Amino acid sequence: MRIPCPYCGERDAHEFAYLGDATVKRPDFDARESLWVDYVYMRDNPAGRHREHWYHTTGCRSWLTVTRDTRTHQILTVEFASQGDAA
Amino acid sequence: MPLVAHRNARHSYSSNPYGRIRQSGRCRVIANQAYRLPEVGAIDRSRSLTFMFDGRAYGGFAGDTLTSALIANGVRLIGRSFKYHRPRGIFTSGPEEPNALVELGAGARREPNTKATTIELFDGLVAASQNRWPSLRIDLGAINSLLAPFIGAGFYYKTLMWPASFWETIYEPLIRRSAGLGRAAEGPDPDNYEKAHAFCDLLVIGSGPAGLMSALIGARAGARVILCEEDFAIGGRLLAEKHEIDGQEGRVWAAQTEARLTELQNVRIFRRTSVFGVYDGGTYGALERVTDHLRESTPHQARQRLWKIVARHVVLATGAVERHIVFGGNDKPGVMLASAARTYVNRFAALPGRHIAIFTCCDDGWKTAADFATAGATVVAVIDVRREISRAFARVAERIGARLVTGGRVVGTRGGRSLRSIDVIGADGQAVRFEVDCLGVSGGWNPTIDLTCHHGSKPRWSDDQHAYIADKLPPGLSIAGAAAGALSLPAALLSGAKVGHEAIHTLGFIARFPDLPRTDEDPARLNPFWHVRGSRGKAFVDLQNDVTVTDIEIAFREGFRSVEHLKRYTTLGMGTDQGKAGNVSGYAIMADLTGSSITVTGTTIYRPPHVPIAISAFAGHHRGKNFRPTRLTPSHRWAAEHGAIFVETGPWLRAQYFPKFGETDWLTTISREVTAVRTAVGVCDVSTLGKIEIQGTDAGTFLDRIYINTFSTLLPGKTRYGVMLREDGLVMDDGTTARLAADRYVMSTTTANAGLIMQHLEFCHQVLWPTLDVQLASISETWAQFSVAGPCSRATLAKLVDPPFNIANERFPHLSVASLTVCGGVPARLFRLSFSGELAYELAVPANYGDGVIRVIMSAGAEFGIEPYGTEALGVMRIEKGHVAGNEITGQMTARDLGLGRLMSTKKDFIGRRMAERIAFHDPNRPCVVGFRPTNRSARLQAGAHFVPCGAAPTAANDEGFMSSVAFSPSLGHWIGRGFLQRGPERIGGRVRAYDPVRATDVEVEICNPVFIDPEGGRLRA
Repeated sequence: MRIPCPYCGERDAHEFAYLGDATVKRPDFDARESLWVDYVYMRDNPAGRHREHWYHTTGCRSWLTVTRDTRTHQILTVEFASQGDAA
Repeated sequence: MPLVAHRNARHSYSSNPYGRIRQSGRCRVIANQAYRLPEVGAIDRSRSLTFMFDGRAYGGFAGDTLTSALIANGVRLIGRSFKYHRPRGIFTSGPEEPNALVELGAGARREPNTKATTIELFDGLVAASQNRWPSLRIDLGAINSLLAPFIGAGFYYKTLMWPASFWETIYEPLIRRSAGLGRAAEGPDPDNYEKAHAFCDLLVIGSGPAGLMSALIGARAGARVILCEEDFAIGGRLLAEKHEIDGQEGRVWAAQTEARLTELQNVRIFRRTSVFGVYDGGTYGALERVTDHLRESTPHQARQRLWKIVARHVVLATGAVERHIVFGGNDKPGVMLASAARTYVNRFAALPGRHIAIFTCCDDGWKTAADFATAGATVVAVIDVRREISRAFARVAERIGARLVTGGRVVGTRGGRSLRSIDVIGADGQAVRFEVDCLGVSGGWNPTIDLTCHHGSKPRWSDDQHAYIADKLPPGLSIAGAAAGALSLPAALLSGAKVGHEAIHTLGFIARFPDLPRTDEDPARLNPFWHVRGSRGKAFVDLQNDVTVTDIEIAFREGFRSVEHLKRYTTLGMGTDQGKAGNVSGYAIMADLTGSSITVTGTTIYRPPHVPIAISAFAGHHRGKNFRPTRLTPSHRWAAEHGAIFVETGPWLRAQYFPKFGETDWLTTISREVTAVRTAVGVCDVSTLGKIEIQGTDAGTFLDRIYINTFSTLLPGKTRYGVMLREDGLVMDDGTTARLAADRYVMSTTTANAGLIMQHLEFCHQVLWPTLDVQLASISETWAQFSVAGPCSRATLAKLVDPPFNIANERFPHLSVASLTVCGGVPARLFRLSFSGELAYELAVPANYGDGVIRVIMSAGAEFGIEPYGTEALGVMRIEKGHVAGNEITGQMTARDLGLGRLMSTKKDFIGRRMAERIAFHDPNRPCVVGFRPTNRSARLQAGAHFVPCGAAPTAANDEGFMSSVAFSPSLGHWIGRGFLQRGPERIGGRVRAYDPVRATDVEVEICNPVFIDPEGGRLRA
C-alpha cells in the first residue's frame, strides 16, 4: 500500500504507524461516562470508506487523516490531522 | 571432446546411460552426453560445465538447466514420489514441475525440493535425489505402492485416530518420518539477502513475444520500463519453438529485441526475477536470484534480492502452462508434457528419447512430433483423441513416418524405472502397443493468471478457450499474450502490441501503433480432453502429491465435492508446484463425477507468493543483530575498557555491572557498587532515557494535559517528577521534566517508552490540541547523560563546572536545573535529581563529549573513591528508595495502585483523568504497592511470588497480589521487595505469605513502607 503524505509525497505504507478510527472525538472532561467509554473503547469496523489516523513514523512525524476504502485499500484522501476534520 | 549424436540410433539407451568421466588437464570433462544433439539449441558449447547428481559427475554446457543437462546425459530417473515412492522423471521444463525435485547444495546451504527444471546449470553444481532409501534405484519406501489400496485419500484421517494417547507418541512421529520430500538445511543460512525498491511507468512481466512487444512500445515512447523474466534468458516460448519472425528464428528476433531494449536508458531488464505477488497501490513483489547460478556467491553480493516494484501500469505476459492428460501409468519417467519435450530439443539440444510417441487433444502436440523428427528422433506414433484432424497434420504424420491413431487413447504404460512401451486403443477399439522411450502429452494450455487473483478475484472458466481465464483484474494491470488466451504466435504478438499500446496511452505517452513482425501461421485448435476412462494402473492427476483419479472418486463418494474440500482432503494442488500442471484436470474429473461443468465446480484461489520464496529473502538484512541494531551508550567504549558486563535493555546495550579483579559473583560486585554510592560517589550512564524538548508559549498548558500533575506552575530552573496516563486511566510512563525557561521544557521518559511517548505527544499536539503553540523535538541521542550520585557527588562535580556557576547546596538545591559549561567550555545541562536516594546530579553534555566527560568525572572523583555502577546497582537502589520502574508500570496499574494517587490533580483535564475515575479503579481491595522484607531476614525473596494470607491455602481464591521487584539490599543486609497487595497500605506491620510455586519458594514476609532508605529524604537534600 502507498500513502501520499501531504508533506513527503507518496510513500510505502511501511513508513507509517496505524492508529485507527479518526472519526471519534475526545469528549469534554465533564461529558457523561458512557461518552468517554465510547471514545476510549468503541470502534466501528466499516466495510468501505473509513477515516483513520496514520503517523508518518519514519518520515515527517505528521499525524495524518487518511480516507481509505477498507475493501480495496484504495486511499481516497490524505490530510494533516492538525487541520481538523475537513470531511 | 567428442560430441556423439545418434541421429538414427536404434540401440537402447541402456547401453550407455551415463557419461564417463575422464581426466583432462585440471578439469574433469565428460566424454559423453549421449543424448545431446549437434548444432541446434541455445546452449554455449564453448563453455563446458561439470556437475554432480547423486554422487556422479556429468557434463553440460552454459545455457543448460539441470534437467536439460540430465536429459543430455540420458538420466531419466530423478526422484521418488511423495507418497508411493514411485520412480519419477522429468515432466516439464519450467516452474510448473511436479516431479523432478532435488536437494541442492549441502550443509547449511542445502535447499530441498528445488525444481530441477528451474536450476540454471553452473560448474560444480551438486544436486541429489530425494525421498529414497537406500538409493534412488532401489527404494524400500516403494512398498507403499503395494499398500496403495489402503492409503488413498483421507487415509491418515481415518486410520490414525485411536487411541488418543498415540497421537503424539506414535502417529505424529510416524507421519513426520514418512511425509515430506527433501531434508532441510543443517545450519543458519550463510548467505546474504537484500531488499530494494524500484519504480517505473510500465512493468512488463514475462519476456515472451507479447511481453517483448509491450516493452518495446513502452520503451520507444520514453516510459520508464521494467521487464521481468523468470528465466535466465529472454524470449519465453520463442526460445523453445521453431517459429520464424521476420524471416529469422524467433530466438534471434528475441535477442535483437532484447538488444534494442538494453540500449535504451529508460529500460531495465531483470532476468532471473519472478514476480510473485500483486499488492495494493501498484506494488509488486519480485525475487531476483542474483548469484544462485554462480558456483560461489561473490563477497558482499546478495544471493537473492527481494524487489518491491511500484509500477503505474503493468502488462502481465506470463504465458501459459501446458496441461497433461490423465491416464494409467502417466507418471513413468519418460512421460512428459509435449511442449516440454520440444523445449529440451529446440532450446537445449537435449533429446528426451529416441523413440517418441505423442498423445494429444490439440494442434500443439503436433509441433513436438515435427520438431522431434527434424532433430532425427523416431516419431513412432501420434495418438490424437480427435477423430478428425486437418489434412496438413495427416501429411506431417506421413512425412515423418509416424503411425497416426485418430480418436485414440493411451490406456497404459510399461517399464520399470523408465518408459518402455505404451498401450493404445484406437477409435475402432483395436489395441496396439508401441515401443517408445518417451511420450509427449498435450492436453491444451492453461493461461498463467495466478497474479490476477491476488486482489481476491477468482478466475472464470471460458468454454471458448477451454481454460480458466482472468476475470476481474487488479487496478492498473492488463493482460496480454498466451496469458490472455492468445496462444498462437501471431495472436500473441498482436495482443502484446495492442495491450502495450493502450497501457502507454493510459499513462499519457504518445506512441504510434507498431508494425507487427511477419510470422507463420500457428494453429492452436483444441478439443478438451481430461482423462482416459478405464485405463490400466494408477492415473495421476497431481504428480507431486500422488493424487490419483481414484482419490478424487473417494473424495466424491465421501462428500468432499467442493473444490476447496477436494483440495484439503486429497492434497490436490498443494506443494511447490501448486498444481500448475494438474489442478484443472482434477476439477474437470470432479465436474464429470458430479455431472456438472467446470464452471459450476469452480477453482480454488491463487494467493501470493506465486512461486516459493525463501524466508531469508523476506528478511533481507534484517536478521540476527541487524533485525534490531544494537545501540551503544556514549560511554560504551570507556565501560568496555573497564571490564563492564553489558545487558540488553530494549535496543540498548548498557553496562550491567563492573566486576573487579577477584570478585567471583555478581552480588559481591553490585553490593560494592551500591555501597560506593551510599558512602562516597558513583557514576552511571543514563543516556538511554528518552529526552524530549518541548517549546512554545503553551508548553506548560500542554504538559498539564499530558501529566496527571501540574507543570505550568513549575518555576524556570526547577524539575518535577511526573506521571502520565493513557486515555483509559492506567499509567503509561513516568519521569522528570525540567523547565529551562518560561517557554522551554525538557522531558525525560523511560528508556523503553522513548519512541512511544514521542508519538503520543505528537498525537496529543497534532490531533487533540493543534491550536496550542507547542513544538516538540526528540533529543534522546543528542545528549549524553550521567548520574553522579553519593555524598561526594557535589565535591566531584564542583571540579568540573566552569565559573561562575555555583554548585553549592543553597544556590543549586534539590530539583534544580541549569544550563552551564563544564570542563572549560563544554555546553552542559545539570539536573539535581536522585533516583538512588542520595545527594545526586545528572550531568548532560552533547553526545560526542560523552566519552571524554565520563573519563573526567572518574578522575575528578578518584580522590573520593568514585566507582562506576551499572543497571543492577541502579535497580537495587531504586527498590531501596521505593521508586517505581518497569516491573511496576505494567500497563495494568493506576496511579493509585502505584502509590502515586496523591499526585493526581483535580483542578484540570488531562489524558486519562476521566477514565481513571471509574469506580472499580478505586476499590479499596485493589492491590496497592507496599514494601516487604522476610520475617526470617536470611530468607531470599522472589519476584513473581503471589501473596496469600498466612495459614491460608495457596489457591487462586486466596490470592491477594504479587511481588513485582526484589533485591538484596547491601545497605540493610537482607532481601527486600515491593509488590501489590490488597489493602496494602492499611496492613503495614502485618505479615503475609509470599508463595511462588514456579520457583518452589514459600516465605513469610513483613509488610512495610516501600521506602527502605531515608524515608524523610534528608540525604538527597543534603
